[in-house]
Amino acid sequence: MAKMIGAPVKRKEDTRLLTGNGMFTDDMKLPGMLHAAFLRSPFAHARIKGIDTDKAKQHPGVAAVFTAADLFGKVRPVPTMWYVPGADLKAKDRSPLATEKVLYAGEAVAVVIAEDRYIARDALDLISVDYEELPSVTHQEKALAEGAPLLHEDVPQNLALLWKAGEIPDEVFAQAEVVVKQRLYNQRVIPNPMETRAAVAQYNPGGGELTIWCTSQNPHIHRMIYSDVLGVPESKLRIVAPDVGGGFGAKIATYTEEAVVGHAARELKRPVKWVEERREHFLATTHARDEVIEVELAGNKDGTFTAIRVKNTANLGAYLSTFGAGCPTIDFGLMVTGAYQIPQAEVVTYGVYTNTTPTDAYRGAGKPEATFQIERMVDLFARKVGMDPLEVRKKNLIPTELFPYTTAMGLLYDSGHYELTLEKALETAGYEALRKEQEELRAQGRLLGIGISTYVELCGFGPSKVAGAIGFQGGVWENSTVRVHPSGKVSVYTGTSPHGQGTATSFSQIVADKLGIPIEDIELVHGDTQSISMGWGTYGSRATAVGGAAVAIAADRVVAKAKRIAAHELEVAAEDLEFAEGVFSVKGVPGRTKTFQEIARSANFAWNLPDDVEPSLEAQSFFDPTNFVYPFGAHICVVEIDKDTGEVMLKRYIAVDDVGRVINPLLAEGQVHGGVAQGVGQALWEGAVYSDNGQLLSGTFMDYAMPKARFFPKIEWQYTETPSPVNPLGAKGIGETGTTAAPPAVVNAVMDALQPFGVEDLDMPLTPEKVWKAMQDRREGV
Amino acid sequence: MYRRCNISVTVNDVERQAEIEPRMLLVHFLRETLNLTGTHIGCDTSQCGACTVLVNGEAVKSCTMLAVQADGSRITTVEGLGEPKRLHPIQQGFWEKHGLQCGFCTPGVLMAMVGLLRENASPTEAEVREALEGVICRCTGYQFIVDAVMYAASEMAKTAHAVAESHSVPIGEGE
Repeated sequence: MAKMIGAPVKRKEDTRLLTGNGMFTDDMKLPGMLHAAFLRSPFAHARIKGIDTDKAKQHPGVAAVFTAADLFGKVRPVPTMWYVPGADLKAKDRSPLATEKVLYAGEAVAVVIAEDRYIARDALDLISVDYEELPSVTHQEKALAEGAPLLHEDVPQNLALLWKAGEIPDEVFAQAEVVVKQRLYNQRVIPNPMETRAAVAQYNPGGGELTIWCTSQNPHIHRMIYSDVLGVPESKLRIVAPDVGGGFGAKIATYTEEAVVGHAARELKRPVKWVEERREHFLATTHARDEVIEVELAGNKDGTFTAIRVKNTANLGAYLSTFGAGCPTIDFGLMVTGAYQIPQAEVVTYGVYTNTTPTDAYRGAGKPEATFQIERMVDLFARKVGMDPLEVRKKNLIPTELFPYTTAMGLLYDSGHYELTLEKALETAGYEALRKEQEELRAQGRLLGIGISTYVELCGFGPSKVAGAIGFQGGVWENSTVRVHPSGKVSVYTGTSPHGQGTATSFSQIVADKLGIPIEDIELVHGDTQSISMGWGTYGSRATAVGGAAVAIAADRVVAKAKRIAAHELEVAAEDLEFAEGVFSVKGVPGRTKTFQEIARSANFAWNLPDDVEPSLEAQSFFDPTNFVYPFGAHICVVEIDKDTGEVMLKRYIAVDDVGRVINPLLAEGQVHGGVAQGVGQALWEGAVYSDNGQLLSGTFMDYAMPKARFFPKIEWQYTETPSPVNPLGAKGIGETGTTAAPPAVVNAVMDALQPFGVEDLDMPLTPEKVWKAMQDRREGV
Repeated sequence: MYRRCNISVTVNDVERQAEIEPRMLLVHFLRETLNLTGTHIGCDTSQCGACTVLVNGEAVKSCTMLAVQADGSRITTVEGLGEPKRLHPIQQGFWEKHGLQCGFCTPGVLMAMVGLLRENASPTEAEVREALEGVICRCTGYQFIVDAVMYAASEMAKTAHAVAESHSVPIGEGE
């Protein structure tokens, strides 16, 4: 049987999804089901003086209308999950519905539960809310300033948190040969999975069990939080994530709407469905990034770095979302030195409340921001010392012989071969020829730019002890059960919760290799808290490195038990057996064999087991890794700018990633393409825009520019494999590499193209207008 | 409370009649009245294309059309393309080339691309990318979707060729 790990196996998931047989939350229909619609605040900041729901309640087909007062004592505020230690954190949890004030446009104020979604929408129009509009503030620096409107009266300056790591005396920068200072803005983006959020809740008044099907990346976390919010014990609360149409971080967070829907089902004793409209998604599902990052990078004239100091002023939105505090502090701050040897580092993060939608994780969560700042700074530094950015990278990349490598921030990078990915990327790109071409085109007045990003990423979240030390209110180990049925067919249970990653295929590949059985005989069960005892979900590229490792260990345990049974049946010692291709055979005795399927039957029938072996063939693993994993790589982007319009056209994109052991290169490449598209999206087009009074101006796909097919060339992808020592698969994680590496690669390329204009830096997104204006402003200098 | 009206449509070759509110969107009619949940809703503004179906052979965003406007027409949804064990070439292409990840936008993309291939049986990659303008996929970065459509076009050309030689009726999407 051919080895499955490493093979480009087609997905098991696909035929169902391709034929319309998927089961997404909105596809569910339960007898007697009602529909919920939320009334949302039109103001960014306002006092609620009164709400009149009488007319709405009387509207035919309306079952109930709830406001905050109706939920008081029944649904608790939704808490954050990340209490970053030493951060002077003033956490503000989200009320299920707004109470005295609304703090952002789109905050839910009331909910209508009706016979169908059209009636629910009709009734929303019949609710009248008496608002007193208050001054609002949407920008984090303005919110910190004296005299700014306060969102939460007991949070002075709207300062939700202040976090510091490392300290570098001023002399270090004063005495450095070269210091580059730059203010960078990592703009607010909106995750926008194609499936918006949705929830269906069903309550059994007899036993008190509540089931919520919802769009979740981590149903067990949602169970833990909603159990507390709704006062339903975890044993009676079941969360099911059926097919989930993408998440990108937005479906990690616990929200208020899902809890309200759960409560409504309990109160009305009928199933209730809520499906978020895209317009609502823009307003009410977490946004991300939005960090003003001021960096000082010190070094020598020869291009070597000596110290980095970073100040991050992060916009947390109106409340502290689930992972909200962790993204701009731990996730960002610990990664500021990137893939380089920088002996000293200091980070300060100001987390600020503003009258905007709360921010939380989005593909990469903190690491893309950290990577963006260091990769931009490397280029700016190279320009200042008059070197090719490539040479500066080569001088500072952590050399292979230093791994495992402890960074200035105290992280232990597990394994790496940074020069190798860079060399491979340069070779694929034909770097020298590209530079020549650039020179020739410049002579003709054309603007070609080449940008490099040599990134490293922290993922595989992670060791639970570390999670505790950094204030994360949960474990981050992973769970798997491998259950062998009497037929020899296998169900694999995982606590990770895939939503597009192809995990049913990649995890089956792992089990197929371990058990020597066909991949068709393996089914993956995920996303259901009732089927899977515990787990922590899919985010932060942790599924394979942590969840896949648990699967591998559980499968090994199954084989060990099967071997004891086989030895008993074959009347030999277990040491005398070898197991290959699904067959146990006695060493040196041809023909004395038992197949895995035969042992599965024996184990389950239990007619003839060793005295100390329990019936059934099943094993579980609760795998807690010893460290994070650190994927790395080199991306090279080539752009050409249209001089007349400022449009940036991607000419080529080369990505060389090292994510340790690759389970399925087809799925890995798919993740890279998608991640790069999202990263390029942030670099060139995407950005949430608020008006001064807190209206989200980019509130539909007509105003928020999502990446489209015709903007991309074929991505030239290669990979190298440097196994991670921290899990038995040697796997790292690939889901976030593209979103992490691409923004600086693209921006560096655009800045490189704009060198003739002397443009040093522009904030993302690099829209045609922005680029055109930058050229116009400096055209006299050409 | 609301005036209701009768409509009659042929969906995936089956004649369906229903009494509905005139304001009901075609996508809701398909999903909720006919229980054909393969067609999805991804936005409110006809940008994402997840709801694309064929109406009288034309790719149409079913969130932009009232169900009453479809009265008397022939509609094909993703459920009418192929089955898990007998995929349409476009579905096969997406499977072969890893043209989907979460699969939520996929039914709409498939229908939009069937629409393209009806008009242009052998598109260039650039033409496929152009035709994908009306759909948004957040997962795949589009390259494998383009590869999948190119695969489907080539497979369908082979089939059409074989069919032409045997003087039989063309299979696939048709009126």
